[in-house]
Amino acid sequence: MLRDEDRIFTNLYGFESPFLDGAKVRGDWSGTKEILDLGREKIIELVKESGLRGRGGAGFSTGMKWSFMPKTSNGPVYLVVNADEGEPGTCKDREIMRHDPHKLIEGCLIAGFAIGATATYIYIRGEFYYEAANVQRAIDEAYASGLIGKNACGSGYDHDVYLHLGAGAYICGEETALIESIEGKKGQPRNKPPFPAMAGLYSRPTTVNNVESIAVVPTILRRGASWFAGLGRPKNSGTKLFCISGHVNQPATVEEEMGIPLKELIEKHCGGVRGGWDNLLAIIPGGSSVPLLPKEICDTVLMDFDSLREVRSGLGTAAVIVMDKSTDIVRAIARLSKFYMHESCGQCTPCREGTGWMWRVMERLVKGNARVEEIDMLLDVTKQVEGHTICALGDAAAWPIQGLMRHFRPEVERRILEYRTHAERGARVAAE
Amino acid sequence: MSAAHSHGPAVAEPTSFEFSAENLEHAKRIIAKYPEGRQQSAVMPLLDLAQRQCGGWLPKVAIDYVAHFLSMAPIRALEVASFYTMYNLKPVGKHFVQVCTTTPCWLRGSDEVLHACEKKLGIKAGQTTPDGQFTVIEVECLGACVNAPMMQIGDDFYEDLTAETTEKVLDALARGEKPTVGPQNGRIRSCPAGGPTTLTQSALAAGVKPQN
Repeated sequence: MLRDEDRIFTNLYGFESPFLDGAKVRGDWSGTKEILDLGREKIIELVKESGLRGRGGAGFSTGMKWSFMPKTSNGPVYLVVNADEGEPGTCKDREIMRHDPHKLIEGCLIAGFAIGATATYIYIRGEFYYEAANVQRAIDEAYASGLIGKNACGSGYDHDVYLHLGAGAYICGEETALIESIEGKKGQPRNKPPFPAMAGLYSRPTTVNNVESIAVVPTILRRGASWFAGLGRPKNSGTKLFCISGHVNQPATVEEEMGIPLKELIEKHCGGVRGGWDNLLAIIPGGSSVPLLPKEICDTVLMDFDSLREVRSGLGTAAVIVMDKSTDIVRAIARLSKFYMHESCGQCTPCREGTGWMWRVMERLVKGNARVEEIDMLLDVTKQVEGHTICALGDAAAWPIQGLMRHFRPEVERRILEYRTHAERGARVAAE
Repeated sequence: MSAAHSHGPAVAEPTSFEFSAENLEHAKRIIAKYPEGRQQSAVMPLLDLAQRQCGGWLPKVAIDYVAHFLSMAPIRALEVASFYTMYNLKPVGKHFVQVCTTTPCWLRGSDEVLHACEKKLGIKAGQTTPDGQFTVIEVECLGACVNAPMMQIGDDFYEDLTAETTEKVLDALARGEKPTVGPQNGRIRSCPAGGPTTLTQSALAAGVKPQN
């Protein structure tokens, strides 16, 4: 288990003040000027060396992403922080914003400096009203103390940080939809290219990073890239916030080392699966969009990007949704299909039509009111949606269904047979 | 994304709207966050301000006012107001109860929470009580999954609910009280219910007993 002295989010549960007084005791804003004095290139190099991969789901190298930004630019350049946390199962950034907002603000300054940004916009989902209030208070404190704004931390670098609240649209977690939303439009993803690093917010060079990715940067640079790289496994380094929900005895958010066995994560921090490990049916290991894993894989799988990809799932946002044997697994996935239908922005036909189509078939499969051939037809539709839309929402809607059929197809077929048997018996009785 | 917009009591559409003096100042501060000429960026926060001033919903005159305020075509503001679920285009009750029913909440009993709301208030999801006090709707994931099941009422999250605690929260609101926000089962925020398994020193300093 990760030692307490290696944790980054030491105020995860809000035992201490989230604000500047508490943050300074926790080591935030210490030596920030010296970090900036390293220069842009060096900071990016160190973040690359640390092995930090984006914590928003895709797992792309954060340092690499920063290096795509133009080296020089006339005019504004932006860092945008994606705090539109909405992937079902995920509630980790919420803890950073309400209990450790200064880690995020200091991260904005350092990351903003590294990419040559003139300002940061933090896009928080509108429902997080109190979380946003804490972040705003931290921003105000940082301005008042000269930590951000003109000559931030006495570095000679100017950097403004602004909040922007969303208003209820999962799609705005997609980076270009988020940018559209900040521009005051409906949140529909943009075609790429151009990528945000070339033309993002207000058509200016922009990097969009997840809250957790930004908030870990100051600690990485203070403790050293090799410290972070030394935790976890090669290419899957560092610590990670995990949110464990569903059928565990004690659901919780916890910071652990990357690569922790899934079983250990649940047994050490969540009091185990309800009814014991053998009562486990399946787990969605990385937020609603990644394919579920049946118990036999959960027995041994490690919680990191590459281990979960090897079992055809993903770490995603590290939101672990646990389902015990009492779960109607078809209904659990059908409910996710409904979610994606509700959240489709309607721009691309395969997603607009496909998410509704997939949900309606899933609802029939919950009852078994379908033909066995329709399972393959449904899988075929998931393949026609996947990869044929501007953004990944279509893929996210397809994957849970594919995971269900990969591991629980016999259960779906059983329901269809059972439904048919009942129907036939009913018809016979009616005929007699 | 339109399903959440069709609810609410019959309230006459107002014929005029303008920001209160306080909101006018607030709106100017919001616009100043964005670069010159990019005032359209303020449309979402300004629609939110207008909705709060109107008692939880956005009449057409308010949307038009915000559009005019930002020199936008009214249809562009309506496009935003109708795209995002947090803007209510019809009136809602004084207490706007949003019950999350997405899978992580469903796994832990959101059906019971929703039924408790419907039973207690005598209405179905999507409806408003005749006295205009409560509106109940089903919503998608609100991002508090380790504290499931949960509901949001106004700006407040009520978490770790049961049918019983759901009724208690509604009762308190009906009496004009303000229930304690957050977990309703005594646990500390997203910390494991049995006490923290990590951050032992700070837990002890805060008077919280860690597990083991």
